[in-house]
Amino acid sequence: MTTEFRKHIQHALTQREVQANTKNVVNRLRNHRRAALSDQADWQRLRRQSTAIRTHAVDKLPQLLELLEDKLTQNGIRVHWAETTEQANQIVLTIMQQHNASFVIKGKSMVSEEMGLNHYLKAHGIECLESDLGELIIQLANEQPSHIIVPALHKNRKQIARLFHTYFPATPYTEDINALAQSARHFLRHKFATAPVGLTGVNFMVAETGTLCLVENEGNGRMCSSVPPVHIAVSGIEKVVEHLSDVPPLLRMLTRSATGQSITTYFNMISSPRKPDEKDGPLEVHLVLLDNGRSRIYNDLELRDTLNCIRCGACMNHCPIYKHIGGHAYQTVIPGPIGTILEPQKSGLNLYGELTQVSTLCGACREVCPVSIPIPKIINRLRWEYIRQSACNIPGAGSGKKKTEAIVWKIWAWSCVHPVVYNRIGRTITNMRSLIGRILKKISAWTAVRSTPKLTKTTLHERLKALKIEDK
Amino acid sequence: MKINNARNNILNRLKTSLKSESEPVAHDVPDSLDWGVDDRLLHFNKQLQAANAEVHDATKDNWLITLKHICSTKRLKNLLFSPATPWGAQILERSYEFPTFKHFDYPIDEWKPALFDGIDAAFTSTHGGIAETGTIILWPDTHEPRLISLVPPVHIALVEKTEIYSTFADALKTQNWIKTGLPTNILLISGPSKSADIEQTLTYGVHGPKELVIILV
Repeated sequence: MTTEFRKHIQHALTQREVQANTKNVVNRLRNHRRAALSDQADWQRLRRQSTAIRTHAVDKLPQLLELLEDKLTQNGIRVHWAETTEQANQIVLTIMQQHNASFVIKGKSMVSEEMGLNHYLKAHGIECLESDLGELIIQLANEQPSHIIVPALHKNRKQIARLFHTYFPATPYTEDINALAQSARHFLRHKFATAPVGLTGVNFMVAETGTLCLVENEGNGRMCSSVPPVHIAVSGIEKVVEHLSDVPPLLRMLTRSATGQSITTYFNMISSPRKPDEKDGPLEVHLVLLDNGRSRIYNDLELRDTLNCIRCGACMNHCPIYKHIGGHAYQTVIPGPIGTILEPQKSGLNLYGELTQVSTLCGACREVCPVSIPIPKIINRLRWEYIRQSACNIPGAGSGKKKTEAIVWKIWAWSCVHPVVYNRIGRTITNMRSLIGRILKKISAWTAVRSTPKLTKTTLHERLKALKIEDK
Repeated sequence: MKINNARNNILNRLKTSLKSESEPVAHDVPDSLDWGVDDRLLHFNKQLQAANAEVHDATKDNWLITLKHICSTKRLKNLLFSPATPWGAQILERSYEFPTFKHFDYPIDEWKPALFDGIDAAFTSTHGGIAETGTIILWPDTHEPRLISLVPPVHIALVEKTEIYSTFADALKTQNWIKTGLPTNILLISGPSKSADIEQTLTYGVHGPKELVIILV
């Protein structure tokens, strides 16, 4: 119970305010989703359709990426490829330097979080400013997002009011949510108007037309992608779909699963930079395609399903563990069940192998996933890879193997096929039951908060024998 | 050098990966809804109002009166629109009845500060609407650039009732977007700008327009 990771979880469990805020928002999101997808037959049909679209797109990934690159290039959008986050950061930095830009205004992008872009650019003297309300809040608080859709869900209005009052001293202290949002509007408007570069994520990339689609409610994504003279979009390579007609069903599932909305306020489809006869829009549009382990995940047919994800966050909203420990305890870019399977595969089981234990395998995430990712099955697979050195290509496989644990399991397996030994071990444990009870009470994390199980005086086999039931 | 190789390395890894043939995309999900004109109008209205947008019913003959009414109720001091569109031309004809007319006929770089500071409202036409979600479709062009539906605090949009489709998929198919070819930017707008990032409580006018006003003709 002393690993860094477990310490973070234990710390999270003492954060009553964060827990209350998280539960409050997660419950609301669940209710909204339930209301939007109440018709079971309809939901099953839509889910089958979305799953088929994503599975098909992922299976054809290399062809679709080539088609996407062709179409985007024809449309005048510049495509950059990055194998690692370091390369992706370098690409963004180079574009910034080419324009002598020392400031970038950002729309919400989990890939930029994955890249650690803000930190990287800051080290090179470039200021990044988040413009999504939730992202701005956590940037001011110098924290990481705790949810992929509602990044500041761990904070309540009082905490945000204090934060805004500190950073925008000109605005009076207020806990009124409208007033807080208006102070962010006021602060950011000038920034939008003067930023030399805007950066956003991407929700879907359409291969057949060369189109980047952005889903949002606030309008900051539109600002970042339309006001500055340069727009940089960053995306994981898996976000591509084949047809334009794939977009409406996926959009429908994404917004309903995420927040229960039938559609977001803005759906922004960008197919080219400003054309000669047009008056606004960026003069340059760049797309940075990030691999960072995705092509490795792709090579394993069982793990490949991980790439189907459309980042709706429904799995975290329905996870009993996420609800209690919150997003920060995971210590990863993406928390919750999808993070539990994605992060160890991307960064290595040696780093995030313990994450695979953060699941009750209750299956709620699988139930609500709009693209049917078998998250519990993949968690089980990763648990296996964590302690065994098989031929799989996940970095850090086998790094969680513990000698004593392995020996205990070996003895147990051996004793199971040697009944005489097994029964003797059973008897010995039963004889020592009061001592074992006391030890369990002292050392076990389980019994620290629950009553200690009491061992019986007779073993199961002995009872069967006494009852004259055949014991095979 | 490394970055130049990145593309080939990534594609090679993907291409040499194990192959999996997935089922073709399911087509048993209807992408259109069996709605008549009245149903579509009803849903369009209902959804937009639920999203905190204002909807005004008008006709092609009297919509200017509606617009005038909106301008005076909201005490707009000026109105940004393009006189080059058929609807804009009608406003221009009777411009003396409307707030000060604003129009930008040159690239944004010259009118960015003016757009961000000093425009009360903008009027645009639309490329139709979507009933199921209460959405207006915009295909910004040289006359009605994309920022005029984003930066001013009030966006007034005119939608023709005959151009309202039941679903997004329906609009895309009926208007044959693939064949027409996609413009630089397409926008689906379903209400005023909003956020629920603080305690999941809705607040309007975060970065985009605080008000969305629809005139149906």
